[in-house]
Amino acid sequence: MNDAVEVALRLAGVLAAFLLLPLVVGQMEHKAMAHMQARLGPMYAGGFHGWAQLIADGVKFVQKENVVPGGADRVVFQLAPAVALIPYLIVLIVIPLGPGDLVGQSLDIGLFFVLAVMSVGVLGTLMAGWASANKYSLLGGLRTAAQLMAYELPMILAASSVAMAAGTLSLTGIVEEWRPSWLIWQLIGGLVFFVAGLAELQRPPFDMPVADSEIIFGAYTEYTGLRFALFLLAEYAGIVVLSALTAVLFLGGWKGPFDDQLGWLWTLVKTMLLAFVVIWARVSYPRLREDQLQKLAWAGLIPLALLQLAITGLVRVL
Amino acid sequence: MQIPGSGLAKGLVVTWRHLTKRSVTRQYPDEPPPLPPRSRGVIALLEENCTVCMLCARECPDWCIYIDSHKETVPATEPGARDRQRNVLDRFAIDFSLCMYCGICIEVCPFDALFWSPEFEYAELDIRDLTHERDRLRDWMWTVPPPPGHDPAAESPRELTTATAAAEPSAPAASPPPAASPPPSSPPPTSPPPASPPPASPPSPSGEPGSGR
Repeated sequence: MNDAVEVALRLAGVLAAFLLLPLVVGQMEHKAMAHMQARLGPMYAGGFHGWAQLIADGVKFVQKENVVPGGADRVVFQLAPAVALIPYLIVLIVIPLGPGDLVGQSLDIGLFFVLAVMSVGVLGTLMAGWASANKYSLLGGLRTAAQLMAYELPMILAASSVAMAAGTLSLTGIVEEWRPSWLIWQLIGGLVFFVAGLAELQRPPFDMPVADSEIIFGAYTEYTGLRFALFLLAEYAGIVVLSALTAVLFLGGWKGPFDDQLGWLWTLVKTMLLAFVVIWARVSYPRLREDQLQKLAWAGLIPLALLQLAITGLVRVL
Repeated sequence: MQIPGSGLAKGLVVTWRHLTKRSVTRQYPDEPPPLPPRSRGVIALLEENCTVCMLCARECPDWCIYIDSHKETVPATEPGARDRQRNVLDRFAIDFSLCMYCGICIEVCPFDALFWSPEFEYAELDIRDLTHERDRLRDWMWTVPPPPGHDPAAESPRELTTATAAAEPSAPAASPPPAASPPPSSPPPTSPPPASPPPASPPSPSGEPGSGR
């Protein structure tokens, strides 16, 4: 009985984080991006500097008509947003927030689990692209597939470097093994992981799959209303998960002053800082071309990730 | 040689600078925009001054001023005098959907009946409502600002120059020369009289003091 209550509490906490953090990141994107472009961003919704803008957006999306194109594969089309969104919720369960037991569910193969489930999210986009019966959606889906192929590899290589360094696959274990010196000798791995994660989330500057000037909105072209909102939410949940994962793997998660009491705060601060960097990169850089994207992955990130693996191996052996 | 990736860093710096600087955006409907003096927002009519001379309507490039009037006879006040006739304004309307805000009507009005007002928020849902009739044009009169002061670096107005040149105590000695020989010899000796309004006369390429009638 007690166990059931505890599990329910943990899951409720994870769900709350899952519903709240993407909205915070989305609002941060609204405002930070606006000011980086010398604008103000939303100012009216909610009264104070547009804090309720995303809630208003949500209400708007709910009211919209839910259109399924005539030629679409109905079931797959309607299922796709859920497939895109739910993996991020599942990933959040195993990401540790603080020391000890402050985690949804500690898994010994946490890192493996996280990477496997995260790439399921991309399948949602593939499903959407294939089921929409629209050439732009199909092109977007193809681009997504190519991007997934190219960036999954460096991401996993970089993550395995951390696993080698810590000697464990458990995310909690990795943070416990983390030392500030990792910031230096895991730097390449961290950068590769973060960039590859950005590409996998299809965030600008790696947003070729949804490049609106070329293929309308890629795989999401035919989506309206709530399903479209779910795709957007999946994008922001993806930012949260990627930032949290990078913070846990490469920036020491809850490690920081007073981490016995304030560990959870450190994790959140690091996550939010990384989310800010995601937004910052989005505002600063133009979209890569499709061939540049592939070149960056195969000729840039993968050799770097292999180099990081070699360095980690050397340091561990010596 | 350039460090690889310095361009990427530069991009980040640019956006960061914008983020830390205050945005110059003005929240327009909440915050009225600062309009420059002599803003051309809407044309106001001081109908008491209008004599129905029709100059404005005739000069208007796109014929957007409509004037109707009739004549009234003013009976003679003195014995032996004749009755006089007077124009009475029936309708004065400006169609702001045609108006191109050139201001020629205001320039041309000999009786100071038309004025610029800086008000600009008179958009309408129906284009016919953009034709402002005389009472509405009269109401705009309340929003006409007093004429702006003289611009700091501008030449002083001609009225002022002539008036000071005439009223200056040293005028008897100095006033005949500028009138007689404006361009060549006047600058050195005549610098005292017009010196008081503008300090700008030393170069005096235009012979400005002499141009007063």
